[in-house]
Amino acid sequence: MTRPALTDQHLRRKSAEYRRDVLRAIYHAGAGHTGGSLSCIDILNVLYNRVMNISPVNWRDPLRDRYVQSKGHSVEALYVVLADKGFYPFESLEKLCRGGSYFVGHPTRKIPGIEMNTGALGHGLPVSVGMAIAGKLDAASYRVFTLLGDGELAEGSNWEAAMCAAHYKLDNLTAIIDCNTLQITGATRDVCCNEPLDEKFTSFGWEVLCIDGHDVAELTTALSRPAASGKPTCIIARTVKGRGVSFMEGVVKWHHGVPSADEFAVAMAELEGALK
Amino acid sequence: MSAPAPSLHSAEAKARAERLGLRLGKANLDVFAEALTELATADRNVLAVTSDSRGSGKLKPFGEALPKQIVEVGIAEQNLVGVAAGIASCGKTVFAVSPACFLATRSLEQIKNDVCYSDLPVALVGISAGVSYGALGSTHHSLHDFAALRAIHNVTVLAPADNRETRSSIRWAATHDRPVYLRFGKAALYDLSDEPAPRDPRVASLLRDGDDVALIGAGETVIHCLLAADLLAEHGVESRVLSIPSVKPLDESALLAAGRECRVVLTAEEHSEHGGLGDAVARLLLGAGMTPVFRGVAIPDEDTYTGSQADIFGRYGLSMEGIADRALRALDAARVVL
Ligand SMILES: Cc1ncc(C[n+]2csc(CCOP(=O)(O)OP(=O)(O)O)c2C)c(N)n1
Repeated sequence: MTRPALTDQHLRRKSAEYRRDVLRAIYHAGAGHTGGSLSCIDILNVLYNRVMNISPVNWRDPLRDRYVQSKGHSVEALYVVLADKGFYPFESLEKLCRGGSYFVGHPTRKIPGIEMNTGALGHGLPVSVGMAIAGKLDAASYRVFTLLGDGELAEGSNWEAAMCAAHYKLDNLTAIIDCNTLQITGATRDVCCNEPLDEKFTSFGWEVLCIDGHDVAELTTALSRPAASGKPTCIIARTVKGRGVSFMEGVVKWHHGVPSADEFAVAMAELEGALK
Repeated sequence: MSAPAPSLHSAEAKARAERLGLRLGKANLDVFAEALTELATADRNVLAVTSDSRGSGKLKPFGEALPKQIVEVGIAEQNLVGVAAGIASCGKTVFAVSPACFLATRSLEQIKNDVCYSDLPVALVGISAGVSYGALGSTHHSLHDFAALRAIHNVTVLAPADNRETRSSIRWAATHDRPVYLRFGKAALYDLSDEPAPRDPRVASLLRDGDDVALIGAGETVIHCLLAADLLAEHGVESRVLSIPSVKPLDESALLAAGRECRVVLTAEEHSEHGGLGDAVARLLLGAGMTPVFRGVAIPDEDTYTGSQADIFGRYGLSMEGIADRALRALDAARVVL
């Protein structure tokens, strides 16, 4: 069965819907990581709707593509996208962060569609390296994608894994850095500067691409590259934390801020506006 | 290379082991390497992941025979465990091998999250555990792995006492669909029985029966308990000796029987006195309303003495002589109580 391809315009509309759903879920839960979920929405959108071979139908297939969300705190973005893909009904998210709910504030494998429990930063890349090594051993066609925060890169385990990925020539592995330049305390540059990131990954033996992480066309090109270079790929996606809500954009307090009723109304009006 | 020395402290202990007809076998590490090679030869989905530790893990022949089934990550223990979890998530049987002192602390968060919380069937193999690297100092002692891993949900913690228990533990770990931690020392070990070890290593072995004192060991301390029991018999003391390959979960029925039937319960472990076998057994017995006279022989909470494994065992009373002495004094205390 071939489905009609989604146009860029379709995808942009989806991103706006996802942002609205993320904010709604966080507001109702009274908890969540808003800024970083809004910054990575377009990346997840393109991955799940254009690039990855993954759906509820092939979810147990060993040849499915793998996605590991290393920046686990932005789980709301993932929950919304997986609901949209049909892994579970949207209503499941009404239980987000409620006592006894599987929908906890970081990814767990109890939720269909989630490959790995994450939330402690610095774990996703090593685990993805393992999946990519397994793929190479089996000469399997699947690709492995992992989403990292730029602040997260201060964890040394990432660099252990970065070396290992290049050593094993894991061209079936793509790390995407949601480079929104902020973390909890402030600008990543001020907390523990990791610039120039492109040169660091290049010197570790990776193929590096720098793109606009909100441009679905650029994301599509970067994420669809054939895996034949003998090198793992690092996509440095420039993004805006809190993207889509004017008063949240680039404001550090929205890392895990939950909007008040008034703020929620303003934000929803903006996000609904983007859908028109 | 010369065979590793057994951890026996004295010539008397060696002589007694021989008198008891105990045969000196290999180091558990060697048995591990052989058993893993056997498993991996039969099934190409069995893999070893190592962190520059294939030499200390005795996996060089494995790597030469099955180069596609060994993944080397370099000196990167956190990555080691993450990579192992990723590989296991793709349906392979993975043994992640690293010195216990690093695996159980430097990679603890990866063990907790990537393996145990994610419920992936990785076998974590802590090699040269306890004070196997005695003379190398505290950085290389692993006196905390029982404590750390006991506190993590969803992992079986195994410390086999001889070659028989080691073989059965590895075979069991390879088919168990949950996380397992295996603790292996470096010393050559005596086989403690002629009986085959239980196929399920979570079951304790009763190596000698008696009801004055229960001597309970895990891993490389069990031989010392067995020799101490023989020494104690010369004092008219009847000892029950239990090998507890599984520090978690405990074989509760064997331990509760010991608590019920023996006047003194003594645990001996190559671990800090905090959080290991002794604490686990004491908690079990107290929780069941039993209050035998209890002694936990372990490495005290101090700047640890350095030397060979045998030196350190001697220093802290983990030798045959030390255990027998503690047991006799405890029996005296039990008499006073009665
Ligand atoms: C090991 C670890 N340390 C600290 C935290 C707490 N924490 C959660 S999110 C975060 C900041 C992450 O910043 P970044 O990686 O840039 O993510 P983003 O800005 O995309 O949200 C921190 C410190 C954590 N989850 N894990």
